Amino acid sequence: MAALINVPTKARRGEIIEIRTLTSHIMETGFRHTADGALVPRDIITSFTCRYNGTEIFRADLFPAIAANPYLSFFTVAKESGKFEFEWIGDNGYSSSASASITVE
Amino acid sequence: MSFWRAIAAAALLATGPALLAGEILPDARRSGYSFMGPDTRAMQDDDTSNPGMLFVLDGEALWTKRTGSADKACADCHGDARGSMKGVAARYPAFDKALARPVTLDQRINLCRSNHQQAPALPYESRDLLALSAFVAHQSRGVAITAGDDPQLKPFVDQGRDLFMQREGQLNLACTNCHDDNFNKRLAGAPITQGQPTGYPLYRLEWQTLGSLERRLRSCMTGVRAQAYDFGAPELVALELYLMSRAHGLPMETPAVRP
Repeated sequence: MAALINVPTKARRGEIIEIRTLTSHIMETGFRHTADGALVPRDIITSFTCRYNGTEIFRADLFPAIAANPYLSFFTVAKESGKFEFEWIGDNGYSSSASASITVE
Repeated sequence: MSFWRAIAAAALLATGPALLAGEILPDARRSGYSFMGPDTRAMQDDDTSNPGMLFVLDGEALWTKRTGSADKACADCHGDARGSMKGVAARYPAFDKALARPVTLDQRINLCRSNHQQAPALPYESRDLLALSAFVAHQSRGVAITAGDDPQLKPFVDQGRDLFMQREGQLNLACTNCHDDNFNKRLAGAPITQGQPTGYPLYRLEWQTLGSLERRLRSCMTGVRAQAYDFGAPELVALELYLMSRAHGLPMETPAVRP
């Protein structure tokens, strides 16, 4: 699925940087019913992780009542050049990933 | 005598040319953006936090994907959308010669699918149709709206204006009662806007998804307890056309974010 990632392409060593992620997902709560009364099954993202050169730096558990297309923003310290890897895992075997690179000077 | 003459002269000056009572003057036209709070504005302004951009990305992928029995992609005829589609959405709904009536951008996409790609029409409000129209309309971001300028559209713009002025539903309200006469005030907690359709298809936080102008119009009609027109109905297209001509000169914002 489509994802929008905002990581600065360049940063100074030791600088605090903001990472913003937005991914496409319906986040169906599992509490809603159709017009004829059938329960709409839950379909949400349950977990998000961010790895910085292989080391996990941020993790979030997601629950029903989080809006569709979840947006997450967090901070980290730019230590070395390399790659951020993002992974979203959810119901019905949902899995999506994205990555972004950074140059640290 | 001169007193009455002065009143007659004043009355003549007060009635502008071809403007109905309550219509918004061109200088006073404002996008729904200007009625929003700073948080929602920031969300729209930053392409990495605007959820509408997710649909634009999907649309970009669909643009180059071959489909239908003709096995053609949009890009096979139209090339790079950044050039070929710039300004297109700003003049839609546009007059279709073969059908002798205006068609919306969504209808144009489906006409292309059936005539040139030999593919089945995409249902209204389906993810793929919204993604494609968002991608096409996004190419016109910043372009001034010129829809309705085509003289062949005149009767349809007039029909749309009549519908806009027509009271309907159990609440017996016309569009004009809120969007011409009472914008800038509030309906419950929400600001009443001028109803300028500058950013469609747009991401509405209430919907938690992208939606078309027709979906918006239908929810307004339900709001006044009227029977909403079906998607693609000629009345809905005429209203859409009048609204776009009413927003003449305002820049396109697709994909906009609205509360």
